[in-house]
Parts: sequence; C-alpha cells; structure tokens
Amino acid sequence: MASELTRNGRVIGYRRDDLEINPPYLYPDYVSTQTRAPKRPLVPMPHTLSEVTGPVYGHERIGDLDHDLTRHHDDEPIGERIIVHGRLLDGDGRPVRNSLIEIWQANAGGRYRHHGDQHPSPLDPNFSGGGRTMTDDDGHYEFITIKPGAYPWQNNPNAWRSRHIHFSLFGPAFATRLVTQMFFPGDPLFFQDPIFNSVRDPKARERMICSYDHGRTVEEWALGYRYDIVLRGREATPMED
Amino acid sequence: MAALTPSQTIGPFLHIEVPYEGEARLVEPNHPGAIRLLGMVTDGEGEPVDDALVEIWQANAAGRYAHPEDDREDVPLEDGFTGFGRCATDSEGRFEFLTVKPGPVPGPGDRPQAPHIDVSVFARGLLNRLVTRIYFPDESEANAEDAVLSLIEDEAARQTLIAQLEDGALRFDIRLQGDGETTFFVI
Repeated sequence: MASELTRNGRVIGYRRDDLEINPPYLYPDYVSTQTRAPKRPLVPMPHTLSEVTGPVYGHERIGDLDHDLTRHHDDEPIGERIIVHGRLLDGDGRPVRNSLIEIWQANAGGRYRHHGDQHPSPLDPNFSGGGRTMTDDDGHYEFITIKPGAYPWQNNPNAWRSRHIHFSLFGPAFATRLVTQMFFPGDPLFFQDPIFNSVRDPKARERMICSYDHGRTVEEWALGYRYDIVLRGREATPMED
Repeated sequence: MAALTPSQTIGPFLHIEVPYEGEARLVEPNHPGAIRLLGMVTDGEGEPVDDALVEIWQANAAGRYAHPEDDREDVPLEDGFTGFGRCATDSEGRFEFLTVKPGPVPGPGDRPQAPHIDVSVFARGLLNRLVTRIYFPDESEANAEDAVLSLIEDEAARQTLIAQLEDGALRFDIRLQGDGETTFFVI
C-alpha cells in the first residue's frame, strides 16, 4: 500500500477540510493570541513525503497504568471518578490504529500540578494529571481519571475556563498532528470561554464536547463519557492490492 | 465522511505530560555527525515565549524517513533513529535538540528536496499549531531549487527558514509575529 501512496515521488496528501473549522490564529477575545498570532499570511504548501510521514511511537513508551490517572500514587485522588473513552478516526470514519494519545488536566479543584498555576485551590497529593495510551486495532482508547474542576484565569475580569482535558493526537503523519481540548456537556461556563468559542462553527464546537455514556458507567464506581476524535482523511482512497 | 475535531491551544501547562525524558536528543552525543540545533521562540513584542513546545520531524542522514510509507529500500534506515524530537522552551524561550543533518528526500515531480526539517510550534495563545521548515546554510544550490522554499516569493521571508551556523551549532530562531517574523506554512 505504501508504494501506492508515494510512488515516483507522487504523494497522496491529506485533505485540509479542518482549515474551515479550526479557530483563527488571531482571536482578540483570547488575549494571548494578540502577540503570538503571525501577521503575515501563511504560505500554502503541497504535502510531500515529509508531511505524509510522521513520528511512530511504539508501545514501549507506555506503562501498564499510564492510562489510569487515579493509580499514579499510593492513594486515590479526590474527585468524581470518570472513564473517558472513544475512538480515534480519520475523516473517512476509519480507525486510526496503534496511535499515541496523551492527556493532561487540572485536579478536581481546578488546580494544575504546575509551577505556573497559582490558583488558590489545593493540590492533590494523589493526582498528577498526565496520562497516555495507544489506540487499539479498532481505534479505541480509554482513560480513567477524575473530572477536572473549572478554574479562574487572567484573560479578563472574572474569567473562568470551562472544565476540560487537553488531548494530544498524532495520527499517521506529520500532516495529521492535532492538539485539542475535550469539554463536558452542559458546562455553564461555555458562554464566556474565548478558547472554546474561538471555534466559530457551533457544530464544530459541539464536537469538542464529550457525551455522557451510561453504557460505560460502572455501577457504584465511575461515570462514563464518550469522546470520538476525528483527524484528517486522505485525499484519495488508496487502491488495495 | 466524518466531521473533524477542531484544534485548541496546548495551553501553558503541557509540561505535566509532554515532552518525555530524552525527546530532544535524537542521537547520542558521540554519534558521527551529531549537531546541536538550537534557537529561541519570541512573540510580537520580542519577548521570549517560555511555554512553547517545539517538535521536529526529519529523515535520517541518508535521507530516509522511519515511517512505513517511506519504503525506498535502496536508502538505509538507521537503528534507533526515529526522526522525531520534542523540546519545551525554557524560561528564556530557548530550545535545543541534538540531531543529524537529514539527507535529501524526494519532492514534487520526483525532484529531490533540499535537506530540511519539518517543525511544529505549539504554545499558549496559538489556537492552532504553527508549521515551518528548517533549511541548511551550506546548501545554497539545493535551497535555490527547492520546491517548497520557492513558494516563498519574498527573499527576506525565505531567509527566515535558513538556519545559521553559530559556534558549531545550527541556530534557528522562531519569531511568531512582527519584525523578522518566521515564514509559516499552511499544510
């Protein structure tokens, strides 16, 4: 299959339909964009072999408990225990297999274990807030963690971030790399969160919100949430041999 | 077709999970051809960006990517060389990798591309990653022929993608905005 995709230097690239739904670089309501968004137009570039290849992580970088953020210390963290699971798919709905997913988040009180976070909410000695896993042959992944709290930030007066978990995805190529955030259904803070609202298409915004999954909720133990993530698809479906 | 998941900023607290230990070192210090690749990320006010993540992706010294879609068996793979590196910037906005100069890889029309390294930049205030490329100062002929570099019409803008040799290291500064702004690509 590989040679079908790259034969004679002719490369089948990835579709760029995410450009229609991704946030703009400059979104003034999110103040940090004002000094960090490039001012010159970005240069459109064809995908070459360099962009349709990309980092390949193996299972050797993943420990048995890396996906379970509630078991990284001697005791359990405080908070509402949750299971976050779903599938990593490409733009044609096909599973992205054996692909690294990384997450990080605040604790139940909305505090990150990070020197830069001075929110006066307690750190939890039993919660670090980072996890990683690989998708299986069906593109499925699962994390066990606690529901992160909302927290204040300095963007504007009385600004609060909606509850969220940071997600880092690789997919098969340099061109499919994605870093995003997963939000929780019904969060009353959405209306004033400029990071969430920087995605202008309401339907695309909804795709950053997980859904409650009673089928994955475990009796007397944890609430289930479902979150499917969709990366770019290929420009043309390669012919199978 | 499935509807895509949008991008969001990596935020200032990425260090809780990434990068992993050793990810800025693509080769061991005693590797023949090991070079330090370093630089600084600055914002539109010239201030260092101390919460960025810089990622690099490159072919090995022979010009082969460690990826199943690069199946050119006449170009050797190198044991242990993944071609991928990550480095979080320090309090002065600096990053540093230890790597090798990549060999040329095929480009559009099966003409070789000049040796280059693909770069992603993530940071608080960047709602999407920024993508650029590092080219090499000792490759002026290949750079002049390179299909991607040639997309940039303005000479000064093109120059922002050529690393500089400095004290035996390759220096590549990334200016997100303003004077000397790095040229970024839509990929």
